[in-house]
Amino acid sequence: MTPPWARIPQPEAAPAETRSYDLVKEFVIALVAVLVLTLAGAAVFGAPDDKPVTLAAWAKADPNDFTATALSELDGSSDTAGYGAPYNTAAPGQKIGPVGLQKAAGVRHPVDTAKDFVLAPLANAPQTPDVAAALAQYQSATPDQQAAWDKAYSDALTAANDDPALVLPDTGGPVPVLLKQLLAQASSGSLDGALLSQGGFYQSDYTKPLLFLADGGYLSGRADAKHLSGDQWGMMNETGNYPGQAWLWLYTFWYQISPFNHSDNADALIWGLMAVLTLGFILIPFIPGVRSIPRYVPVYRLIWRDHYRRQLER
Amino acid sequence: MATPHTFAVAMASVDLNRPGHYLHWGVILISVANLVVIGIMILLFVLALVLPFPKGRGRG
Amino acid sequence: MSADITPGSVPSEGVEAGGWTGAVRRGAVRAFPPDKLLPDRQPSYVASWIYVFGVLTLAALAVVIGTGCVLALKGPGWWHVSSTGRYVNALHLWSVELFMAFMVIHLWGKFFMAAWRGRRAMTWITGAVAFTASVGTAFTGYLTQQNFDSQWISTQAKDGLNSVGIGAFFNVLDFGQMLMWHIVLLPLALVGLTVWHVLLVRHRGVVPPIPLLTAGDAPEGDPAAEAGDEGGGS
Repeated sequence: MTPPWARIPQPEAAPAETRSYDLVKEFVIALVAVLVLTLAGAAVFGAPDDKPVTLAAWAKADPNDFTATALSELDGSSDTAGYGAPYNTAAPGQKIGPVGLQKAAGVRHPVDTAKDFVLAPLANAPQTPDVAAALAQYQSATPDQQAAWDKAYSDALTAANDDPALVLPDTGGPVPVLLKQLLAQASSGSLDGALLSQGGFYQSDYTKPLLFLADGGYLSGRADAKHLSGDQWGMMNETGNYPGQAWLWLYTFWYQISPFNHSDNADALIWGLMAVLTLGFILIPFIPGVRSIPRYVPVYRLIWRDHYRRQLER
Repeated sequence: MATPHTFAVAMASVDLNRPGHYLHWGVILISVANLVVIGIMILLFVLALVLPFPKGRGRG
Repeated sequence: MSADITPGSVPSEGVEAGGWTGAVRRGAVRAFPPDKLLPDRQPSYVASWIYVFGVLTLAALAVVIGTGCVLALKGPGWWHVSSTGRYVNALHLWSVELFMAFMVIHLWGKFFMAAWRGRRAMTWITGAVAFTASVGTAFTGYLTQQNFDSQWISTQAKDGLNSVGIGAFFNVLDFGQMLMWHIVLLPLALVGLTVWHVLLVRHRGVVPPIPLLTAGDAPEGDPAAEAGDEGGGS
């Protein structure tokens, strides 16, 4: 039921008093005003354009982080390798209660991190005999042998604080040789192109290079320095001193508080919550209580004060 | 003569590409830029409510 | 043809002439007689600056689309390599900021006016959905900048979208897909919603003022309540 104060008898009576006004002229004035503000704002403030990170830049700036990440792609311990849908079946994905929408959507963008990020780029480039031999050795080994090499090198690298130079020779079989060559390919810039063009000559899908970048610490370190991280309300923010997407405030707010800030299902739960709130926002006219706020927070008395004054005078 | 190119070059007289300034109150961490935008919006809303509207002129 | 209309003749009242076309024409003219579609008079109670934010939002949307078209002329890479392109990109950014700001202020005003009264729920709904669509359109814009910001936003946003299965079909890491959503699909949806929203305002008219509180005005849901009717009484 519509609350009594909100009822308007239908068909609506024509307004008691009208005055003339110019709709088209009003739009033109608004357009000119917006144009002036836009031209001036753009001239004074410009727009941000921080250069994108490349695999090459990452490999050169932080080769140890690159190598450690490449190893995690090879041995399946990276975020992408263990992600689940839509990239692979390694994990069940997030749930809202019992409902697992992530898994239900399926593997629509398959990524095999060991093959796509490490072995294929190495195989597709001309290699020196020692690298070619290491690659052949690794690819012809059993999965158990590969896992053993991966683990041996991973343990050693961790103990050496991610510095390959400090790892004893012959640790991890062919793995160190492969990763060193991948680092060289990355530093030279050829890995950026190789990952992008795996699907063919023309590409507009950056899924693979972006996933690889995001698995490492270089991209996230740069973002954190610019206040863009998730626990920094990052979604609302923009690089430098530019305003960002301030309208995302409620979405990003939930990530800052309990229980979401320590839940494995945070993303799914927050999306579910925001879906409910958005639906509520769209359907405000039908929600008792909320739809009555305008009556009890009487901003309307300011808006229509001239009208009320004239009414009382009559 | 002012060409689009020279005009564009003259732009960005306020350089917003420096490291951002942030305000931190408890769980709230907000950029000065966003705060300014939100502040201006609230100000415009309040002004729209309280500023007298000229009688007899067409607005809608 | 169901009826034979000679060119130049006018069908008489009550005659169902013109087939589907005639029916659409009659329906359109009934819903939007020309002086309702483009009126030159307004109710006297439309007397507050809060009312200008609707048209400001429309004007800002026009500038957003116009600047977007200029960017489209030279393609998505232009603004990274040209100072003119960089300026046009800045125009697009600041017109979007103005659009979102004016729209939200318009929303605040309409909420406090309870502008959904008098069979105007669809006006509120189309506006609210348009707001949501705008957030999505802006978001795909940020994704397709092809700079550091896009890299970061896309790799972060993917987790939220993947967690509820949307990411499998809407891949924020796919620049090509995101660009086409940003410049084709979402603007079409947004403009469609906006047109619908504005036509609803023209069709129903501007919502009348909330009646002033009277004695006997009861809280939400009390069927015995007697509040002031709309009309002249307060």
